[in-house]
Amino acid sequence: MKKIIVIGNGMVGYKFCEKFVAQENTKDFKITIFGEEPRPAYDRVHLSEFFDNQDAKALEMAPRTWYEEQGIELITNERITDIHRSSKKITTAKDVNYKYDYLVLATGSVPFVPNINGIEKKGVFVYRTIEDLEAMLAYAEAIQKGKTETVKAAVLGGGLLGLEAAKAVMDMGLEPHVVEFAPKLMPRQLDRRSSKVLQEKIESIGINVHLSKATNKILGDDAITGMEFGEYDKIDVEMLVISAGIRPRDELGKTCDLEMGTRGGIVVNNKMQTSDPEIYAIGEVALYNNMIYGLVAPGYDMADVAVNQILGNTDVTMVEDIDMSTKLKLIGVDVASYGEPFMPVEKGYSIVYENKTKNLYKRINVSHDGKELLGGILVGDASDYNMLHQIYLNGLPIPEDAEELIVGARGEGEGGFGSVMDIPDAAQVCSCESVTKGDICTSITEGGCNNLGDVIAKTKATTGCGGCKPMVVDLVNESLKSLGKEVKETICEHFDFNRQELYDLIKINKVKDYQETLNLFGEGHGCEICKPLVASIFASITMETPNRQVGIQDTNDRFLANIQRNGTYSVVPRIAGGEITPDKLIVIGQVAKKYDLYTKVTGGQRIDLFGAELHQLPLIWKELIDAGFESGHAYGKSLRTVKSCVGSTWCRYGMHESVTFAIEIENRYRGLRSPHKLKGGVSGCIRECAEARGKDFGLIAVDGGWNLYVCGNGGATPKHAVLFAEQLDDETAIKYLDRFLMFYIRTAGPLVRTAPWLDKLEGGIEYLKQVVIEDSLGIAEELELEMQGLVNSYECEWKQAIESPEMMKRFKHFVNSDDTDDNLVFVPMRDQKMPKAWN
Amino acid sequence: MQNILEQYQSVSEDSVSTWFRVGEVSDFPENSGACIKYKTKQIAVYNFTRTSKWYATQNLCPHKMEMVLSLGMIGDKDDIPKVACPMHKKNFSLEDGSNLAGEDLKIATYPVKIEDGNVYIGFAD
Ligand code: SRM
Ligand SMILES: Cc1cc2nc3c(=O)[nH]c(=O)nc-3n(C[C@H](O)[C@H](O)[C@H](O)COP(=O)(O)OP(=O)(O)OC[C@H]3O[C@@H](n4cnc5c(N)ncnc54)[C@H](O)[C@@H]3O)c2cc1C
Ligand code: SF4
Ligand code: FES
Repeated sequence: MKKIIVIGNGMVGYKFCEKFVAQENTKDFKITIFGEEPRPAYDRVHLSEFFDNQDAKALEMAPRTWYEEQGIELITNERITDIHRSSKKITTAKDVNYKYDYLVLATGSVPFVPNINGIEKKGVFVYRTIEDLEAMLAYAEAIQKGKTETVKAAVLGGGLLGLEAAKAVMDMGLEPHVVEFAPKLMPRQLDRRSSKVLQEKIESIGINVHLSKATNKILGDDAITGMEFGEYDKIDVEMLVISAGIRPRDELGKTCDLEMGTRGGIVVNNKMQTSDPEIYAIGEVALYNNMIYGLVAPGYDMADVAVNQILGNTDVTMVEDIDMSTKLKLIGVDVASYGEPFMPVEKGYSIVYENKTKNLYKRINVSHDGKELLGGILVGDASDYNMLHQIYLNGLPIPEDAEELIVGARGEGEGGFGSVMDIPDAAQVCSCESVTKGDICTSITEGGCNNLGDVIAKTKATTGCGGCKPMVVDLVNESLKSLGKEVKETICEHFDFNRQELYDLIKINKVKDYQETLNLFGEGHGCEICKPLVASIFASITMETPNRQVGIQDTNDRFLANIQRNGTYSVVPRIAGGEITPDKLIVIGQVAKKYDLYTKVTGGQRIDLFGAELHQLPLIWKELIDAGFESGHAYGKSLRTVKSCVGSTWCRYGMHESVTFAIEIENRYRGLRSPHKLKGGVSGCIRECAEARGKDFGLIAVDGGWNLYVCGNGGATPKHAVLFAEQLDDETAIKYLDRFLMFYIRTAGPLVRTAPWLDKLEGGIEYLKQVVIEDSLGIAEELELEMQGLVNSYECEWKQAIESPEMMKRFKHFVNSDDTDDNLVFVPMRDQKMPKAWN
Repeated sequence: MQNILEQYQSVSEDSVSTWFRVGEVSDFPENSGACIKYKTKQIAVYNFTRTSKWYATQNLCPHKMEMVLSLGMIGDKDDIPKVACPMHKKNFSLEDGSNLAGEDLKIATYPVKIEDGNVYIGFAD
């Protein structure tokens, strides 16, 4: 039995174990892995997600039990202090010795902390481990306590990680300031112009940028109060996160005399061997080709090489050129650079596209003969990154007119890319897990995989940073098509159909409820995916309310209210078009006061009352309904609001009565269930104060009628709605809307909003126009009739509920007691209340 | 917070000392969950009408310590009966309370019996 000891249970140390156990001839080996951190290896790349949910478990690469199951001994909370090469032993900080046959150093790196006067003060942090983040969170909370103005915090370093840290600092409620020594942000990846575009974009989301600043001193007595750059140049900050690069943790190599780089790092050859052939070094501690690679993908490749070398597959070695392409994963800002981002004139030429008004910058570097893509930069929109990156990596042919790669081909249709199927089989699509295009395609053509889920389970593609997902999806779909298999997104394990098929099946067969649907077309007992989906289909066919099939409704629909953080609910009455009388406002105020509800004006022009207990919901709604309110369906995947601007009734620019029309439309489609939520807007002129183009459907008054826009949204991936028809009268606008909405409801996938639905619709907006305006499918009348049927069957579900004693039973916390939930604790906040936060 | 969670320990059928009556079968919604109270405990009871099976677990979701599991949707995954927490959709087995994604979260389970149209939950205290 040979003993392998791995020092360092980080991302790469873990990957070594994973790759090792996946091999066949491993039974003569026993792995022991040591980690200094208290918990098993976790996903450092997604460390910032810890701020969202403080869920360390969610980041784990594998639970402790995994190591046990694989026969790997995992010893955490244990630092190795010495290596004795002559006796092949290591010593732990607790002074215990272990013998090894092979030693693998995967000790990673530590953040580089520059030697600045005062850097040891309280409130100065680095950004590497979960403990760092916990300490930052606690400190940020402490310095914000009792303050009304926003507290400032700085990040030292404007590189990839620094920007990510700045976003995290901002999410903690602090005012972020990035301090960078170089005259530009992300100096290693971006040229001056793209860096400037990035800076503007970053500043627009509230991150302050200070360039060309060398920090002389950290100010403050005990804790940091500011940073000094020059005599008269300082900023006041109460917290500082250092992100100024990394230094390999190579101290073990030093003390046992392995060959070291002049600026640190343990030297390895292309077999990942150090100067002692029985000691390997991988990940951020290894100096390969005179470089430390601060990225996880090369570390994973190194792990793979070391595994193979130890197992005797000596022809597996590390590639010469390591791809350093990167994409920033800061939410809301797209930045990517690949290949050679800067282009010396002797190697090729660059094509640059810049649009300042949209904070867009794209650059490609092309060889002199115009045949090869050498690298490039994308800022503002990196959606083409995967494809460009593949073209670069694999030397794929590029269009004769290379600019098509960034500005798209002239005229209609596809951009300058070929199909994903054109990239060579050896092309690495998922660099985190080293999965090639060939691996993905053969897993389908030969490996028995039938859908995306199978492929992911088999190849592990997309499970690292996830950046390759769009491309993997395309490859899977194309491969399935090539086999003549239908590309189908089935709903879940209980239904082997997609939503549209199930919609048709239920409708044609006049199925009466979910149970029958499951009996006829499904298997098993359902789940939280198919139940609400089928509920939505029933509602879209018959306009039934969630009161009929209670058990299959999503929790929000089941209780006709949005469940909140602490298990209480919110109440949102409909205020169509945002218009409300003073009397009704008073009623809302009175109800809120009586039941002690937190009150807020929503982003949808209405009022939300939060903090109602389950048993209070019917009482509250009874009072609201008596005063003429009805449900606002804020809890449903259904029509939410039709936002209006004041329009021609009052506004001096108004062209038509936008409020009147918004109310008419909102009342027409109220309660309408759909694959995802639906929002509308009506603006009285092109100044667009109702943000109609940010909605699933929008109307903008112009000379001679309404311009109709469709398929826009705000939210995580904002999209402007596109112009659909011009100068419509009221009646035609509604006719088109009826057809458009019904067509969407019939054909969209579950939880797909109108914009992504349109993206996927073959033929795009032109096709949609043909169906809706020109009636190319001959279904226009049917669509209108269906919609009219739904409109006629509308009933307020809250009114139904409070009028039926049987339904009222639902709104009780306990079946066997009239007690209320004693687990609820509220704390005061600005003259109102909020739920007490759980730790 | 810790002691809220500690109240809930799985009870096996043979360690039951009290069969506590929580209502009639018809008090419990079909194919979904509901909550009952026993001393200071909140227990979620799930009625699988389709299979005529009943399950009971703590009502507390160990993820964010919310009293919400009875409000979650029930169903099965690979034939294991389960509940999906309404908050963040974490899935728990109703048979042994384990997290179905293999996470280190567990909920306590309790035996249920039906006699003469009455529903009883078994407790060891
Ligand atoms: C209350 C409100 C925030 C506020 O205080 O203003 C709100 C609250 C929630 N929004 Fe919103 N959104 C609210 C306006 C918006 C808007 C603004 C608007 O409508 O003009 C948007 C962007 C516009 C859009 O949708 O295109 C918005 C985009 C989202 C999204 C992202 C949707 C997307 O397609 O990317 C979600 C997530 C989702 O639906 O999956 C979301 C989800 C949610 C949920 C349901 C999250 C949840 O599951 O608990 C929140 C429910 C809170 C509650 O229980 O009441 N909310 N949400 C607003 C209610 C409006 C209303 O009167 O009904
Ligand atoms: C916030 C953040 C965001 C990042 N984003 C990206 C990204 O988007 N893309 C990307 O490619 N990379 C990213 N990285 C870098 C990536 O996380 C690293 O490349 C990767 O973690 C390196 O893995 P490693 O195993 O070499 O080192 P580590 O993950 O640091 O693991 C080394 C482990 O060894 C332990 N150790 C050290 N010395 C000893 C000892 N003597 N005894 C016992 N244990 C020891 C350490 O405690 C540590 O747990 C990011 C890093 C951070 C911090
Ligand atoms: S209200 Fe909307 S934006 Fe605000 S936290 Fe909830 S989901 Fe996010
Ligand atoms: S609280 Fe239950 S899943 Fe988060």
